[in-house]
Amino acid sequence: MKGDTNEQALLKGLAHNDSKAVEIIYKDNFNMIQTFILNNNGSYDEARDIFQEAMIALYEKSQTDSFVLTCQIKTYLYSVCRRLWLKRLQQMGRFTGSVDGFEETVAVEEDLETHEKRNAEFVIMDRALNSLGEPCKSLLQGYYLKKMDMTALAAEFGYTNADNAKNQKYKCLMRLKKLFFSQYNIGE
Amino acid sequence: MDDILLLDAIERYLREEMSPEERAYFENLRNTTPEIDQMVVEHNMFLHQIADYSANIQIKQTLHEVHQNLLERGDLNEGGTLNTKGKVIQFFNKYKRVTTIAASVGGVIALFISGLAMYFSTAVNDPKLEQLGKDLEVVKKNQQYQGNIINEVTSKIPINARLLSGGSGFLVDVKGYIVTNAHILKGTGAIVVNSKGKEFKSSIVLIDHVKDLAILKINDDEYEAIKSIPYTIQKSNSDLGEEIFTLGYPRNEIVYGMGYLSAKSGFNGDSLSYQIQISANPGNSGGPVFNKNGEVIGVLSTKQAQADGVAFAVKSKNIHSIIEDLKKSDTAFQRVKLPNKSSLKGVERKVQINKLEDCVYFVKAYGK
Repeated sequence: MKGDTNEQALLKGLAHNDSKAVEIIYKDNFNMIQTFILNNNGSYDEARDIFQEAMIALYEKSQTDSFVLTCQIKTYLYSVCRRLWLKRLQQMGRFTGSVDGFEETVAVEEDLETHEKRNAEFVIMDRALNSLGEPCKSLLQGYYLKKMDMTALAAEFGYTNADNAKNQKYKCLMRLKKLFFSQYNIGE
Repeated sequence: MDDILLLDAIERYLREEMSPEERAYFENLRNTTPEIDQMVVEHNMFLHQIADYSANIQIKQTLHEVHQNLLERGDLNEGGTLNTKGKVIQFFNKYKRVTTIAASVGGVIALFISGLAMYFSTAVNDPKLEQLGKDLEVVKKNQQYQGNIINEVTSKIPINARLLSGGSGFLVDVKGYIVTNAHILKGTGAIVVNSKGKEFKSSIVLIDHVKDLAILKINDDEYEAIKSIPYTIQKSNSDLGEEIFTLGYPRNEIVYGMGYLSAKSGFNGDSLSYQIQISANPGNSGGPVFNKNGEVIGVLSTKQAQADGVAFAVKSKNIHSIIEDLKKSDTAFQRVKLPNKSSLKGVERKVQINKLEDCVYFVKAYGK
């Protein structure tokens, strides 16, 4: 049972973006995935992409309230990577019909669907933020991503007081929301 | 209601920063105004989107950093150049300490071997060694610089004699006995010059080419014996790392140099001498090497040609033995007595030098 508690602790660390936990999971699993990708027409870069994608999927899964991992981290990551890699091979037309690898797998299709949807949302957000232009982008990033308070933001961006900064932030936010939801709703 | 205030209120509501009364009021407003309720839901969703987006950026960054770290430590292998880099760094980290130790051991061994290589040959004939006696050209040149003194030189040096080489020497007996290197004394005789530029005629009373030591005796009426010599000649060996200094005449003026004892044997393991780390130049030969107490521990003799700052000094106990030899050679020298009182211990270096410079002489050898 010790292994299980260890894995639980690691997942908890991952959920909190703790680099120590990330490192342990990374170290324990990366080589296996890399070997798998390399053995199946992949490159070092692709191995890294796929593995990190799987890590993010696991991270997102660990964030949900109802999170339970019914298998080992290793099995889960392998399953996700295998799935992602097959998909990528197909997209690139490199798929040869079979993929080598004898590890056991679990069903991850549902998780991957959620993950892909999220990825799409992030792309929309990213695009929306980037089309805002400056200083809107940095102002909103400062407030919503870096969690700076209005006074500090006012100082950094050179607004005479926090209220003016807040006013500007409001305008930017409205634009961002508009941009985001227009894309988001199309996506739906 | 002002839109900005409303949005601010919604954000504070969602962050649960409202006071109970305000919260109750706001919830009431939500219930009664569908537009506001819709705004709250929408904004909440939007904030979650932003938070997730932010978290996604952060986890990507963490993954990237972890990947780089593991790669640098060599825990990951990505082939090609990155792989090599990882390995090198990994090996470096792993063997850092070993490498340091190995390097120092290697250094010591290198020094040792360079000393050992030609153990039995006479150091003096080795091309890798430079005797620090000044050759004729240098001395000649110096004479030209000397202006007035040059007349004195010709006056003290016998007519028809040519100046052959120069070096340093120091008193070991107030009666005018000076120890210097044998290799300086290329000719038939020598004159000595004190630190004030005054010259005295002298004769070579003993020369030992094996030890590379010689004794001169000042035979000049103008010579006034000093009261006492402020240093002793150490009989025992000195320790490694001991701070040393030297006085000599690489130029026509007395020059001070400082260094440390770096090995207990000289070139090629020559047990008659020490290796010392000091900047020595031609002309320093025959000069005394003092320890920090101002006691003579050696006679500066040669330096390694290829290595900067590496010099060798004949151990001072050899002075004791040549003095014994001298006493045996003639009854006239029975009364030669090495100084037995060191009075410079714990004295400031400037004061030590002040006392010592009267006892260090510029030796000029001449021949026919």
